[in-house]
Amino acid sequence: MNIHEYQAKKLAREAGVPVPEGDVATTPDEAKAVAERLGDEGFVVKAQVHAGGRGKAGGVKLAKTPGEVKEHAAKIIGMTLVSPQTGPKGKLVRKVLVERAGKIERELYIGFVLNRSISRYVLTYSRMGGVETEETARLHPELILQEPVDPAFGLAAYQARRAASKLGLKGDSAKQAAEAIMGLWKVFANTDASLAECNPLAVMSDGKIVAVDAKIVFDDNALYRHPELQELYDLDEEDPREAKAKKADLSYVSLEGNIGCLVNGAGLAMATMDLVANYGGMPANFLDIGGGADKTRVSEAFRLILADETVKVIFINIFGGIIQCPMVAEGVVEAAREIGVKVPLVVCLKGTGQEKGRTILSSSGLDIHNVETMSEGAHKAVEMARTEALS
Amino acid sequence: MSILCNEDTRVMVQGITGRNGRFHTARCLEYGTRIVAGVSPGKGGSEAEGVPVFDTAAQAVSETGANASLIFVPAPGASDAIMEAADAVVGLIVCITEGIPASDMVRVKRFLEGRPTRLIGPNCPGVISPASKCKIGIMPGFIHTPGPVGVISRSGTLTYEAVDQLTRLGIGQSTCIGIGGDPVVGTSFVDLLDLFERDNQTKAVVLIGEIGGNAEEEAARFIREKMTKPVVAFVAGKKAPAGKRMGHAGAIISGGKGTAAEKLDAMRAAGVIAVDDPSAIGKTTKKLLLSRA
Repeated sequence: MNIHEYQAKKLAREAGVPVPEGDVATTPDEAKAVAERLGDEGFVVKAQVHAGGRGKAGGVKLAKTPGEVKEHAAKIIGMTLVSPQTGPKGKLVRKVLVERAGKIERELYIGFVLNRSISRYVLTYSRMGGVETEETARLHPELILQEPVDPAFGLAAYQARRAASKLGLKGDSAKQAAEAIMGLWKVFANTDASLAECNPLAVMSDGKIVAVDAKIVFDDNALYRHPELQELYDLDEEDPREAKAKKADLSYVSLEGNIGCLVNGAGLAMATMDLVANYGGMPANFLDIGGGADKTRVSEAFRLILADETVKVIFINIFGGIIQCPMVAEGVVEAAREIGVKVPLVVCLKGTGQEKGRTILSSSGLDIHNVETMSEGAHKAVEMARTEALS
Repeated sequence: MSILCNEDTRVMVQGITGRNGRFHTARCLEYGTRIVAGVSPGKGGSEAEGVPVFDTAAQAVSETGANASLIFVPAPGASDAIMEAADAVVGLIVCITEGIPASDMVRVKRFLEGRPTRLIGPNCPGVISPASKCKIGIMPGFIHTPGPVGVISRSGTLTYEAVDQLTRLGIGQSTCIGIGGDPVVGTSFVDLLDLFERDNQTKAVVLIGEIGGNAEEEAARFIREKMTKPVVAFVAGKKAPAGKRMGHAGAIISGGKGTAAEKLDAMRAAGVIAVDDPSAIGKTTKKLLLSRA
């Protein structure tokens, strides 16, 4: 689960990470009021959306006076921010964070993330913080350093001090940075996060250490034991269909194409998308109905796909193992009867009860095209989507 | 021979009295697996599917000689169940449970260090060795048949699809293992490739990977340096958008890393036959075996 920068900074501050003074605002007047509370001059106004690359996209502006804060906020609130991380449609900005801005001397990077190769969380840090960190990681992996955390002991204070020292910091700055690292570890560990980072962690001109930006991503699997974090969920930031799917316990990802895919199993669902693309088509979605799906969940999944008006054809690819093909077929027919289906269905049913499943579909009166293999199915779906798009 | 399990494998099922535990215990028994005990705290002394149930894993092991465990315990208690089984000293633990917090699994892996226990999963379909009639998992048994191909995968149904293709073409399997779709799993591709390389029955390996992490790249390095047996691979998620979790907790391209393209490049550079069409896994493997015969 993603949260906003202002929410991440609040958690970080509570854990002892120094962050700039500031507050969130949803209107230009509120933004001005926040600035006036903070002081006379030197502010930054930052768009609050769940995506990076905000600066380059025009979502972050410096302001001298509270009046200027209001002007910038008026432009940023309501804008559609488009960055490489938002996708071409961009994201509507509904809130801004207004903060005191100071003079930054150096930009560092600190973050905690899972290193999957060693099954350990690692402190990742670099002297090269700021906007191009991913690029730096790719071009100069030697500039990205790591401290693995022993899960039996947690991050040791000496590891934080060693990192601060390797970041080129001395004296009081080094001490403050080590404290910031320990604070960030605390919030990471206490929230069962999958990512917590400060980029940049800034060394200000007066030597003070400040987390100018902060990002935290929570592990969805651990949210059940953090009801307080679930309150940070922002429905506005989610794709509406993905949010609906989540509620129905379905794994769904919206995509740009026009071939709806209904599949059991994540790997098979990805492979189905890949095959559709191999034949020159574009999947409209990723959808895994899950291992324990019943008729209701299948109907729910089918409805979700049909709610997408761009869908020209639906490709159902099921490998019945524990899930029985007849159950899936019944779920599809039930949902189709209820809402009415105008698009053709290409169906590949294999495994347990495949013959019975196919019979249920064939005798349903729906526009069904049974196929023997998923490859044949993908090919057929792509051809039909093309014809449908032309007609 | 097979890897990981055989006729001598005696399985206890943790979480045997739950809906999934009961259902799959029955399926495993039907297939021929020797399930000797169930564990369900508070239900000791009862029976489930004709199997005696114990309160603790230690009791189940000492009274029935169980040497493997199959876990269906729901996510909040699953990591504890894994540690309990390891502490009772079984050689193999297969954890089916989906949705375990990554931080729990990080601790579990630390706990398992230095212990003589191998963990498969979590969030996986399990292990099956058809020649030994040993199925420790939730895969449909009827699609499998004994033979020379080892199958390893991060997925469930996509593996069944591949196995089904092999079986229909008359090619059997030595052992099939789903390693799990989570970012932290007990056993990696590399560990299993190493076991298949030493296994007499296995003549070739089918590897099914997916986006996220670098397990496929590590496998490619191992194949290049250590494997003499041929490997056929498919990597799912070529069309997956970056930053989105594709069903599995571990199937996510993050920070531009973990793409299918990178993995396929690594595989091909290591001499692996990587197919673009998952429907071609079976026939590609058959052709390979024929050319080597």
